[in-house]
Amino acid sequence: MGIDRQSLAAEFLNMLPSDCVIYRQEELIPFECDGLSAYRKVPLIVLLPYTVEQVELVLKYCHRQKIPVVARGAGTGLSGGALPHEEGVLLSLARLNKIVEVDSENRLARVQPGVRNLAVSEAAKPYGLYYAPDPSSQIACSIGGNVAENAGGVHCLKYGLTLHNVVQVTLITIDGERLTFGSTGLDGPGLDLLTLITGSEGMLGLVVEVVVKLLPIPERQQVALAAFDDVEIAGKAVAEIIAKGILPAGLEMMDNLSLRAAEDFVHAGYPTDAAAILLCEVDGSEDEVSEEIMRVRQILLDSGAREVRTAEDETERMRFWAGRKNAFPAVGRLAPDYYCMDGTIPRNQLGKVLTMIGEMSEKFGLPCANVFHAGDGNLHPLILYDANNEGELEKAEEFGGEILELCVAVGGTITGEHGVGIEKINQMCAQFPDPELETFHAVKAVFDPHNLLNPGKAIPTLARCAEFGAMHVHAGKLRFPELERF
Amino acid sequence: MSVDQDQSTQLQSSIKDALAEQSSLRLIGSGSKDFYGRELGPQSVLDLSGNRGIVSYEPTELVITARGGTPLEEIEAALEAQGQMLPFEPPHFDDKGTIGGAIAAGLSGPRRPWGGSPRDLLLGIKLLDGQGRIMSFGGQVMKNVAGYDISRLMAGAMGTLGVLLEVSIKVLPKPVEEHTLLVDRDPDAATSLIGAMIADSQPITASYSLADKQAIRLACSHQRLGTIRSRYGLQESTESTGFWQQLRDHKLDFFQQPKTLWRLSLKPTSPLELTEPCLQEWSGGLRWLYSERPAAEIRNLVERQGGHAIQFRNGDRSGDIFHPLHPRIAGIQQGLKAVFDPHGLFNPGRHYANY
Ligand SMILES: Cc1cc2nc3c(=O)[nH]c(=O)nc-3n(C[C@H](O)[C@H](O)[C@H](O)COP(=O)(O)OP(=O)(O)OC[C@H]3O[C@@H](n4cnc5c(N)ncnc54)[C@H](O)[C@@H]3O)c2cc1C
Repeated sequence: MGIDRQSLAAEFLNMLPSDCVIYRQEELIPFECDGLSAYRKVPLIVLLPYTVEQVELVLKYCHRQKIPVVARGAGTGLSGGALPHEEGVLLSLARLNKIVEVDSENRLARVQPGVRNLAVSEAAKPYGLYYAPDPSSQIACSIGGNVAENAGGVHCLKYGLTLHNVVQVTLITIDGERLTFGSTGLDGPGLDLLTLITGSEGMLGLVVEVVVKLLPIPERQQVALAAFDDVEIAGKAVAEIIAKGILPAGLEMMDNLSLRAAEDFVHAGYPTDAAAILLCEVDGSEDEVSEEIMRVRQILLDSGAREVRTAEDETERMRFWAGRKNAFPAVGRLAPDYYCMDGTIPRNQLGKVLTMIGEMSEKFGLPCANVFHAGDGNLHPLILYDANNEGELEKAEEFGGEILELCVAVGGTITGEHGVGIEKINQMCAQFPDPELETFHAVKAVFDPHNLLNPGKAIPTLARCAEFGAMHVHAGKLRFPELERF
Repeated sequence: MSVDQDQSTQLQSSIKDALAEQSSLRLIGSGSKDFYGRELGPQSVLDLSGNRGIVSYEPTELVITARGGTPLEEIEAALEAQGQMLPFEPPHFDDKGTIGGAIAAGLSGPRRPWGGSPRDLLLGIKLLDGQGRIMSFGGQVMKNVAGYDISRLMAGAMGTLGVLLEVSIKVLPKPVEEHTLLVDRDPDAATSLIGAMIADSQPITASYSLADKQAIRLACSHQRLGTIRSRYGLQESTESTGFWQQLRDHKLDFFQQPKTLWRLSLKPTSPLELTEPCLQEWSGGLRWLYSERPAAEIRNLVERQGGHAIQFRNGDRSGDIFHPLHPRIAGIQQGLKAVFDPHGLFNPGRHYANY
């Protein structure tokens, strides 16, 4: 190793068109971070290939020279997954952005990894179809990044995560071989390796083509907005809807701080004095939706909602959702910086967890807004801070770390959809004992024996965990000793 | 009925004994899928049926956690009592079947395209691996991207990577009513009509097609059924839920033939040049074929359409049963076997030869 930037650039300029190779310091800066901007590193070089063949060439070379490779899609990731390696190549897939085929009969689309999430639904629309997973970042994030993070969205409760909506992935291995996993049928031969690849955060191979499932656009969608005076009652209403056998297309919750921020930002029509709101969407045929939305309305009222409104028309429905989909940037206007967390908890722990987050917020002296994929238990606490204030970033990170450990303690997980990346690498130690971590490393080694793909991300070394444990288990005491362990 | 029991410690010591004796083990739940997979040599049996019982079930969380040896029937009864179901409609075949076996075999029933498969619904596992380690992956929540998704890798692995001590599975509300309609058309017209109904988001939950009989199952009220019937010009069938259960468990007459039964998984619209009749489910995505053609011929036909073929029942079971893999992918599979079962303890050769 130890190759310098100039000679590496010369090597790649021999291999690729000159506009694919970025190596001047000032041009490298835009690539120094992803959506988690608190972490920054300048890569040795950035490559922006146009074709799969070029990706293969790059990987073959890096494999021979043992140069680390970090994949980058649109760079909207929130866990530092695409944070560059200082001695490595940052390989952007953004130019592989073609929709290869829409097969309307089988409801499949074959796309390149750089295609934006929303562009798939746009291409499918003329056929009356759409791509269900809809992360709030869908205008910008790429399908390759979605596969790498197993991205979710507000419609996952009913339609599943990326994992449930991708049937086939073509991967380039670290030594440059092109392999296809999964099939265009409903299952593939052998072990289901697609399950490992989805959500593998660029650690097992480079995704260069994806076949996604498309769904028929429902005849009608309708949303109910319910206002609550108490967050815990809102949480119980969520359980009640599900207990009554309804599987909403979306079921989202926002607390007072986030709903006020969203209201100020996009004028969604939210009741700003509510402690929490729930957005519950149902979809299907005209009759089904009419019937179901009335049931939802009644259940919400019976569970203690102060007020339930249904969208008058499509414009109002879109406005209700715009508030939720813009919640992050909206909250972002409340403070110079915000830190977005991503834990998942069993729904029945919601009240307890929100109360404890409130207490932590007081302890750390940092406000926290909560946005919640309530239907599937995925919590996004947004911690507000100011990085210009000495020590505040560290405080925000410690607060965030405590929230994640709380999620594990109540039987949940440290990340529902944003991935571990570099951000939650310490909390992985709280979630997994050594044998599980060893297994993860061994699985990686099967695909990438020299640890060249996104090294140092997603799975902590056992040594790191030992150090983190020593830091966190003060005098042999675990955090949250009062909670039952799962 | 035997009692609920956590046998993880006993099973763990059986693994350690087998390791010490350098022997291998044939994992058996209830034995309902003994016919499936490659023929195994003489081996000690590791009986997993005693490790049974529902560990937790909270209907509002839409999750059930049960020990691997829990009978499917017991799980389905518990879910039924709460108006819920296992959405992948697992086949029972001989009325037995355990939840661990259902996940390990990875097979789904008629509801598959609309309800999902074992891998889609599996949320977490407690695994006993080939070194006798007990590890947990995934969990009981719907969304979890911490670490590689080891749990789902176990679905369809045919018990070759470890013992599923416990599984957590997503469950769904069970439709209040389901009805069967006959699609009285020639097969091609029926296929395109069903396609059109799916495009119209009609509440289809199963499809069946063989020769001149085509049927679909719909989850809707009787009133709505009437609307659908007249819209597409379909007749209501006298067939009850029993029919779909017989299809799921291969109890229909079609499945009683002594020939080799092939399971073909394909894109629904893929054409196949075959003279033998295929029974189709999943609106064409799953096709059952009785044929004595050479395996290579069938596999080639299917592979050319991007699908894969499993020699499901009967015939010579000493060669390839599951579809042969690309050599590099077979290598990855071997590598993973070495991670979870380095001494080749579990079901050697049942899935693929030398694996
Ligand atoms: C405002 C905002 C809202 C968001 N809302 C959601 C949400 O609702 N749900 C959700 O799940 N996420 C959400 N995210 C997070 C983010 O958008 C997703 O994680 C997305 O999937 C990342 O896609 P990307 O193309 O930007 O990937 P990047 O950030 O570029 O990369 C993410 C990871 O994937 C790897 N990677 C990228 N492309 C490839 C490839 N082709 N092959 C292999 N590895 C690759 C990278 O190495 C990295 O580890 C949000 C982000 C923002 C900023």
